[in-house]
Amino acid sequence: MGRKLLLEHINVPGINTLEVYRQKGGYRAVEKALKTLTPDDVVEEVKKSGLRGRGGAGFPTGMKWSFLAKPEGVPRYLVCNGDESEPGTFKDRYLMTHIPHALIEGMIVSSYALGANTSYIYLRGEMMPQIRILERAIEEAKAAGWLGKNILGTGYDLELYVQPGGGAYICGEETALLESLEGKRGNPRIKPPFPAIAGLYGCPTVVNNVESIAAVVPIINDGGDEYAKIGIGRSTGTKLISASGNLVRPGVYEIELGVPVEEFIYSDEYCGGIANGKRLKATVAGGSSVPILPANLTLKYANGEPRLMSYESLSEGGFATGTMLGSGGFIAFDEDQCIVRNTWNFSRFYHHESCGQCSPCREGTGWMEKILHKLEHGHGTMEDIDLLWDVQRKIEGNTICPLGDAAAWPVASAIRHFRDEFEWHVKEPMKSQSTNYGLANYANPIEKASEEVKS
Amino acid sequence: MSDLVKVTIDGITVEVEPGTTILNAARQIGGEIVPPAMCYYSKLKGSGGKCRTCIVKVSKGSEKDPRPMPKLVASCRTTVMDGMEVLNITSPEVLEARAGVVEILLINHPLDCPVCDQAGECDLQNLGYEHGLQKTRYEFERRTFDRIDIGDKIQLHMNRCILCYRCVFTADQITDKRVHGILNRGDHSEISTYIQNAVDNDFSGNVIDVCPVGALTDKTFRFKNRVWFTKPVDAHRNCSHEKCNGKVTLWYKGDDVLRVTARKDQFGEVEEFICNECRFDKKKTADWTLEHPTHIADTSVISSNHYETFKPLPVIKENLALQEANQRELEKTFKI
Repeated sequence: MGRKLLLEHINVPGINTLEVYRQKGGYRAVEKALKTLTPDDVVEEVKKSGLRGRGGAGFPTGMKWSFLAKPEGVPRYLVCNGDESEPGTFKDRYLMTHIPHALIEGMIVSSYALGANTSYIYLRGEMMPQIRILERAIEEAKAAGWLGKNILGTGYDLELYVQPGGGAYICGEETALLESLEGKRGNPRIKPPFPAIAGLYGCPTVVNNVESIAAVVPIINDGGDEYAKIGIGRSTGTKLISASGNLVRPGVYEIELGVPVEEFIYSDEYCGGIANGKRLKATVAGGSSVPILPANLTLKYANGEPRLMSYESLSEGGFATGTMLGSGGFIAFDEDQCIVRNTWNFSRFYHHESCGQCSPCREGTGWMEKILHKLEHGHGTMEDIDLLWDVQRKIEGNTICPLGDAAAWPVASAIRHFRDEFEWHVKEPMKSQSTNYGLANYANPIEKASEEVKS
Repeated sequence: MSDLVKVTIDGITVEVEPGTTILNAARQIGGEIVPPAMCYYSKLKGSGGKCRTCIVKVSKGSEKDPRPMPKLVASCRTTVMDGMEVLNITSPEVLEARAGVVEILLINHPLDCPVCDQAGECDLQNLGYEHGLQKTRYEFERRTFDRIDIGDKIQLHMNRCILCYRCVFTADQITDKRVHGILNRGDHSEISTYIQNAVDNDFSGNVIDVCPVGALTDKTFRFKNRVWFTKPVDAHRNCSHEKCNGKVTLWYKGDDVLRVTARKDQFGEVEEFICNECRFDKKKTADWTLEHPTHIADTSVISSNHYETFKPLPVIKENLALQEANQRELEKTFKI
């Protein structure tokens, strides 16, 4: 059994209430941080822990905190990014629904570390139940003196607010989130300046994912060094993985980073294998934005070594043969799933969610969706596949925010690894409407690495 | 002067104030190396970064940190660092990406230039000639909108809009109150007013001048004439409006003033914004004091009577890569 830090008490009845959460050792981190540590000590602990942002980019959290500008007389803000809307990712929602106090405790410690006296939890508009749960939890914490003026008699004040968004994927991008939080249209800002210099209301701001903030609690409780012992290499600690797709037991799992992918999919401790006795065809390892990989490359590197669930291991081989850990939205596809249809579905999502600010993403995502729709429904030509490749290349890297890249990568990787299947849709337009391409050779062991690394 | 920073664009070095953007540094050099800009407007704060036509490659970040920037950057919003080296027309990567942006801008833009009032002075038309393909690879239905009259003087033709946000910034910064904005998101987004409100205040006409395409047009000039048949003349009058100093360009056809616009500089940007009275109501020669014919760049179709030859900058003679790039740019101009 791997160690659980965030979900250790998830099955305790009533853990969503302050009383039970306290009995299980909750708010110890607040006491320890506020009474025995200075804000800089907290930042130092988080740096030592090697915690990396859990929202997708994997940027070291402690480093991000230390970049925060600290001019005199200007308030600083901590904003928690709970706009989780990536297809395949649902870990933050799970955490907030069942252990809301873990997030609140993390918010108090993190705000203390950053010197923020007002902090916001920005939630996606669709998460109405979670907003109510969090507001109730904040009320409880406030009544018990964990929030408000002069917390624990240390002279530290903190007000915590929950702000629902309008339900837009783009508001998960940190600067778009800040715009939305300010009450404006949720368009990403052009960086620089980065939020650490000029964020919310022009003041220095740190934006962190829900899970990153919750992970600060065990770091403070056990110490950064202890946390850094878990995991592998620069991927320290535990990570929530939302497993979905054709798995025997989909759901949210807390893993120690460094678990082999094969173990994660097939062991009974985690997903328990592919449902209905079928075979694995492909996986999306970190939410819809990351490149899709065929089964053989999911389980092993191009050189035959086993792939692990960690930031470095999943991106081994670059985009040619690797993917990314992303936000941990693990989607498995069995042999009956159509990759073309799935790619179309993903690009439909990005077309819908593009904010429309910069042109490559605004027009390009719609274009990709239309070409994929055509291919999926058997009207495509071979030129369409090349055109699709060209369009995604024109979007990638040319946009203000990463949404353009996120829209381009799944399309690029699907063509890179599953070109046979796209071509089959062109060659067999009638057949492709009633049957699936099947597993083909996507699970076969790779013989020569050089053949895979074409583009 | 030690506080100036040195930046090299396509092999040409220039010293500029710290905090200058790459685009403005290139404009100080001038010539073919100036990246095109569809959404950036030097007079409007916060504009730029959206259309991505001005993207350039930064091959050396600065003297202190010589690493190249990983992605192409929007030159209108990237400030120069000391010792920065930038590639614009000498980088095939930039030209390819720019051609891609132009293609993408054109997929939903109707090619109705023959009936568009902006034709002849349209930034997108120029870009399309210089970087576009002969035919589109887009084969699906284009997004379409109904034309709306926003007020009695301005018509909004949303099909042609490229969502540069310039008119939004203009209304925010020049007029007293903004009543139009962007609705919806993604490729459904549109410029509109709240329930077909009229855009009505003294400076609203300036949105016509800042529009890079034919999305916002002057209703008093619609379908009157093609711009290249009209003769621009600089003129001024004593305007009673406190914020307007009455310096304009009159566009003549024969003896008639067909339209009045603000004066534009060589980058197509308005020099000084003018009020609606000057723009819409003063259309007689008697209202104005004429100065001289407006200077129009020789690359413009309007410049049929201006004879100038292409004079390359002296530094180009020493730089082979730039010479080649310039030659390519020149050929594109001849195509026009």
